[in-house]
Amino acid sequence: MSANAGSGGLLHPVAQAFRGFSRYLQGVMGADAYRKYLEHHAAAGHGTPPMDERAFWRDRTDRQDTNPQGRCC
Amino acid sequence: MGTMPEDGTRTADGELNPADEALPPASVDDAVRDAEERRWTPAKIALWVAIALLGGVAWFMLAIVRGETVNAIWFVFASVCTYLIGYRFYSKVIERYLLKPDDRRATPAEYKADGKDYVRTDRNVLFGHHFAAIAGAGPLVGPVIAAQMGYLPGTIWIIIGVVLAGAVQDYLVMFFSMRRGGRSLGQMAREELGVIGGTAALVATLLIMVIIVAILALVVVNALGESPWGVFSVGMTIPIALFMGVYLRYLRPGKVMEVSIIGFVLLMAAIIGGGAVAGTEWGAAFFHLDKVTIAWGLIVYGFIAAILPVWLLLAPRDYLSTFMKIGVIAMLAVAIIVVRPEITVPAFSEFAGRENGPVFSGALFPFLFVTIACGALSGFHALISSGTTPKLIEKERQTRFIGYGGMLMESFVAIMALVAAISIDRGIYFAMNAPAALTGGTAETAAQWVNGLGLAGVNITPDVLADTASNVGEESIVSRSGGAPTLAVGLAHIMQQFIGGTGMMAFWYHFAIMFEALFILTAVDAGTRVARFMLQDSIGNFAPKFKEASWRPGAWLCTAIMVGAWGAVLLMGVTDPLGGINTLFPLFGIANQLLAAIALAVCMAIAAKRGSFRYLWIVAVPLAFTAVVTITASIHKIFSSVPAVGYFANNAAFSKALADGTTSFGTAKTTAAMEAVVRNTMIQGWLSVIFVVLSIIVIVTAVVATVKAVRNTTAGIPNANNEDRPRPSRVYAPAGLIPTAAERELMAEWNKLPADLRIERAGHH
Repeated sequence: MSANAGSGGLLHPVAQAFRGFSRYLQGVMGADAYRKYLEHHAAAGHGTPPMDERAFWRDRTDRQDTNPQGRCC
Repeated sequence: MGTMPEDGTRTADGELNPADEALPPASVDDAVRDAEERRWTPAKIALWVAIALLGGVAWFMLAIVRGETVNAIWFVFASVCTYLIGYRFYSKVIERYLLKPDDRRATPAEYKADGKDYVRTDRNVLFGHHFAAIAGAGPLVGPVIAAQMGYLPGTIWIIIGVVLAGAVQDYLVMFFSMRRGGRSLGQMAREELGVIGGTAALVATLLIMVIIVAILALVVVNALGESPWGVFSVGMTIPIALFMGVYLRYLRPGKVMEVSIIGFVLLMAAIIGGGAVAGTEWGAAFFHLDKVTIAWGLIVYGFIAAILPVWLLLAPRDYLSTFMKIGVIAMLAVAIIVVRPEITVPAFSEFAGRENGPVFSGALFPFLFVTIACGALSGFHALISSGTTPKLIEKERQTRFIGYGGMLMESFVAIMALVAAISIDRGIYFAMNAPAALTGGTAETAAQWVNGLGLAGVNITPDVLADTASNVGEESIVSRSGGAPTLAVGLAHIMQQFIGGTGMMAFWYHFAIMFEALFILTAVDAGTRVARFMLQDSIGNFAPKFKEASWRPGAWLCTAIMVGAWGAVLLMGVTDPLGGINTLFPLFGIANQLLAAIALAVCMAIAAKRGSFRYLWIVAVPLAFTAVVTITASIHKIFSSVPAVGYFANNAAFSKALADGTTSFGTAKTTAAMEAVVRNTMIQGWLSVIFVVLSIIVIVTAVVATVKAVRNTTAGIPNANNEDRPRPSRVYAPAGLIPTAAERELMAEWNKLPADLRIERAGHH
């Protein structure tokens, strides 16, 4: 939510629509996974600091090595 | 408090106290929602009457009016109106009477939230995500092959099948898996059906995956055989994916969109460059590969891809594939809705009443219903709908939109693919899709053979075939069976009408081949990996060492077994003198739908244990239909005395010919080829037997479990409940695409909350 804050009102509707679409696409592709992880981490109130971005993505793909997701026909 | 009322959780009293006094309710009040749903304003009535009328007119145009041509737009109206009605009314019945979701209950994404695997995801995003996971090349290929019988049988099955069967399966599996913390279909089968049913389901799933991967790979091989352009551009996806993988791991971690756009640009460059490379003498010579070589290449690739780390190949490839998927759907929609091609294919073709069609063999019933699996009813979806997606769902009521709605979307893709493919000339269609053994392999012989079929309105010259081939940048389009090249020609034909003209046809053709190959290769990689873990897990029950994912020898051995299994079937298809697609594609559909039967059987047992007897028909009807279709198809394949249909009949015919000392029989021109047929038909026959026996075991155990559940309930004995313990939800989100008035009101209430109260605290149970 924070990425858009402050710029919403002044944007041209077309630019806004494009932004919305781009955010949607990022969500579908899973590009926002790190942001969601940080949100969760902050909300859950763990005492430990969260993983940095590099470590998070490394951990994510490494876990997929042993826990593959199916892709359908 | 580990048990629940047998009815699910209808009310919040007792079992599910509101999570927190300070929070607004986590669900719209049942009475309010009920009133809203049952209130029919004149505008609402007018809207649904209009949708019903438009759909009715469209079906009339497709099914009753027999003009010279039919416009493609009627396919769009007939399908979309039927989907809307199915979604609004039928899926609502399933929700209200069978599944009874409760938004007061937290979903696994909430109560197991870990920021990684269990993450609450916006419903619209998850819809796209789920859709990208279930849709691939299947709905693009099956309808094309089924078009042999005319457009109407396929259209009816795709649209009606999805509303009553395919979308129901996806929705049910997703819901039940969500209630079980995202458990897989195999785990649910084991829990609900016991050891025998569970084990049969597991073995059947494993075998079915082998067949599905093999035949998808066969489609790619057929599309790339003798096509230097295709081989180059599809081959380039491997270095592109490797580059993306390294980029994401070491250069710019997490920049998924950025790397996807770079990958997409490189992909386009590979398609354009492929034309240039194939135009040079060395390029044409180097990338001109026969099908057997490509098949071996795929097998070696499949093994390496499955043991490489995910970040290097699979993950980037998946990004590329998802990115392309969105573009392809947009392109298909534009192609059909903007260009609105006139369709000259008849509603029922000459082959609708016969069982020896050149594209696929077998009678309309049951083989049409297995030829089109993806898009109407696909069992493979049960593996996706259980597992990944349920761990991301935000609210229980969203499963209808994501599960049922997502499958409707895939069905629409199938309809668009069907329309794109039947917009080409029928003569070209049969010349492309019949095995070389029939067409003779050259433009001259193919034209002669097609004209000799006696199809109404078909009169094709060798020049047309040669011109089409040169327009799409290929040496020949004769006997490019498998569906993918036909769809590519259809798409190129439509797209060039508004972008680029004939000069761009070659680009569009290879663009289409590229995305189909990309989807399939992603499914092959992921399928091999998933199957390998299933195998490791199963062997692990006897040799525990195999359960350790990090134990290399075990991982490699299981990967080799899986790749060897699908590789063997693939090679059988490629070398099959009868034309691999013709005999093997029905096996793909049978396998896929037997899996659907297994999934529906598990769902029926679960629904019965929940006490929903009056509405059990919602599951029982599609289960009965798919069981009858697949078991009948299997019986045809096993016992039919027609060699083109029955594996053992074919085996006997060839064995006899060999015993008589003949050196050439039917389409096999050498003794070695005849021996290959004898071997292949025997293996395919026994595979059919094993599939059908395993599936019958699963269905029978499910029926037994269902009957037992009914008896228990009548006797007042509670049934075992394998759902996770209900926990109160402390978040809210609307159920569907457009929030209703009551949902908006509740959302506003939640939005008014101070931020620190809105934060989930799911980590602390």
